[in-house]
Amino acid sequence: MGRLLPKRICGAIAAACLASASLADVTLRVGYLRVEQPLPPTLSNLDPVPGDIGLAGALTGLRDNVTTGKFLGQTYEMEQDVVATGDDPLAAARALLERSPFLILDAPAATLLAIADLEQAKAAILFNTSAGDLALRDADCRANLLHSLPSDAMRTDALAQVFVQKRWTDLVMIAGTRAQDRVYADSMRRSLRKFGLKLGSEKEWAFDADMRRTASQEIPVFTQSFGDYDAMILADELHDFGRYVLYNTWAARPVVGSEGLSALTWSPVIEQWGAAQLNSRFEQQHGRPMASQDYAAWTAIRTLGEAVTRTNATDPETLRAYILSDKFELAGFKGRPLTYRGWNGQLRQPIAIAHPRALVAQAPLEGFLHQTNELDSLGLDRPESHCGAFE
Amino acid sequence: MIRLCLAALLLGSPAAAGEIWVTNEKDDTVSVISTDTLEVIHTYPTGERPRGIIFSRDFSRLYICASDSDAVQVMDPDTGEILHDLPSGEDPEQFALHPDDRHLYIANEDDAITTVVDIETRKVVAQIDVGVEPEGMAVSPDGRIAITTSETTNMAHWIDTETRELFANTLVDSRPRHAEFAKDGSEMWVSAEIGGTVTVFDTATQTEKAKITFEVPGVHPDRVQPVGFEFGAGDQFAYVALGPSNHVAVVNAETYQVESYILVGRRVWHLAFNEDRSRLFTTNGVSGDVTVIDVASGTALKSIKVGRFPWGAAFRP
Repeated sequence: MGRLLPKRICGAIAAACLASASLADVTLRVGYLRVEQPLPPTLSNLDPVPGDIGLAGALTGLRDNVTTGKFLGQTYEMEQDVVATGDDPLAAARALLERSPFLILDAPAATLLAIADLEQAKAAILFNTSAGDLALRDADCRANLLHSLPSDAMRTDALAQVFVQKRWTDLVMIAGTRAQDRVYADSMRRSLRKFGLKLGSEKEWAFDADMRRTASQEIPVFTQSFGDYDAMILADELHDFGRYVLYNTWAARPVVGSEGLSALTWSPVIEQWGAAQLNSRFEQQHGRPMASQDYAAWTAIRTLGEAVTRTNATDPETLRAYILSDKFELAGFKGRPLTYRGWNGQLRQPIAIAHPRALVAQAPLEGFLHQTNELDSLGLDRPESHCGAFE
Repeated sequence: MIRLCLAALLLGSPAAAGEIWVTNEKDDTVSVISTDTLEVIHTYPTGERPRGIIFSRDFSRLYICASDSDAVQVMDPDTGEILHDLPSGEDPEQFALHPDDRHLYIANEDDAITTVVDIETRKVVAQIDVGVEPEGMAVSPDGRIAITTSETTNMAHWIDTETRELFANTLVDSRPRHAEFAKDGSEMWVSAEIGGTVTVFDTATQTEKAKITFEVPGVHPDRVQPVGFEFGAGDQFAYVALGPSNHVAVVNAETYQVESYILVGRRVWHLAFNEDRSRLFTTNGVSGDVTVIDVASGTALKSIKVGRFPWGAAFRP
């Protein structure tokens, strides 16, 4: 037995044992920058957006990395900064980038691009954890900007697959008037075209009454002119009016999109694939359920952790090459390995089709085939991408 | 001759007599299957979310990881009565019994800890820090080494059972689920669910000796997810449950090549042999049944309906 447990390994104290002799001690520093975006008021205050959304996910991912790292002599540190509305996000980004080339970003699309174009960001790896804009993965892509948050198109494509599978071909839509709603509605129209579906009537939600009192009277009348249809799509990304539409429509039909049956990056109702463990770990640490943006930040910092674990390197060049290679795979509690699209830096991942109480399906749905990876049936595929920065 | 075979099939040989005990994760029960009749003969209630299941050396006690009850339960398998709980640390998922028949090594999934419990004194004797989401547990046949695999840290942690300290940490592919020693402890095998591989380590040096990959015809590689595995007679073949690919792979343990794939129920996770290892029982979580495989012919004989989400399986004579 002495053969199996050589004294030189086990005689040492635990700490020395943990750091394997073959690996040098390495430290990865990561920056986290949140650029506050003013949120317009919504009809209901039932679900306030948590103040630490995104950041909480990054902290859980950091803890996961630290636990793994301690067995390999690798340490992780994260420095965070918040830019208040009206302050200069570029100055904060510059300051963080001077201390670390790895930066996780919670910012609107235009700010993401401005940061990616900074001189200090040239050799950096930036993660977009907050903006679903398709353009960032298309013509506006940047080689130093990876996207751990799915694009809007990935989410609307996921729902379109549900429509096709359920043969809900007669579709109507109510869209809000805010920029996010219009972006979502555009993305939905694109997805319906992609999967050979057509959108019937569309209406715009431009009411300014307080629907908490009058929804039961207003919504039936407002939706009566749609006549009959298979499903009603809501584009209400700020969750303003959508919650009052359910069960108040003239026709008794399912509501999908921003409310009702939704396509989500993450949800506390995902139980399979070990997801219950991530959810309970997150809830224990932060006292609230894990949101999609938390998950995107978690996958960003875990991406770096996985790359450091496997390469034992901390320079952005080595890590970027590894992350975009075939060798990289992240176990993300979605039942499949998560990988990055080599043509635009988007993290490939299944999308949850869920309502607030249960997971209904997971896209890509069975039967939606693809020549290389079924996950690429969601979002911008290589042939349609106008991103040249990754070539 | 035909009559003889038929009789053997119907009655089973005396050597094959016994029971397969299966935990039903979402029913809070264990199902007891007769290896003779291939029918469920008992169903006993357990604590919440039973997963890992193991018998004492003399088969007089059954240990069950009741994950959501945060306890290891001790059952009298003759009566199905829960005798008492053992402290287990939080969220026990899998465990291994030390050859001394006295110490349980338990993976505490939510706590990044491996807990060692003394079954006689019913006390925790050690807690060892391991990686995130420990799951697979194994103890070497000579009792000197315990292994914990951690699902998010992607490692096999090697524990010296004397000092109860880690002496090596070896990286494996994504989401390691299960560990087993083979060939008198000279090899240690670890499955990686998301990585889709099984890594074989040389125990003496803790270095990688081989990596087994799987290709199930007509199934996307992402869905080929090795979880539990067991070794057949003489450790010649390993039988690897491939999760949502709904197949069990038969791996030649000398060449480390897959020889065949056997179609079983949906989301196959763990397996147990009957006494002479002529039949293999697989737990199929999604279809809620147990597939019986005839090992010699490599074919599935029967599906046996058990509770919801069958998880672990253990044999008793």
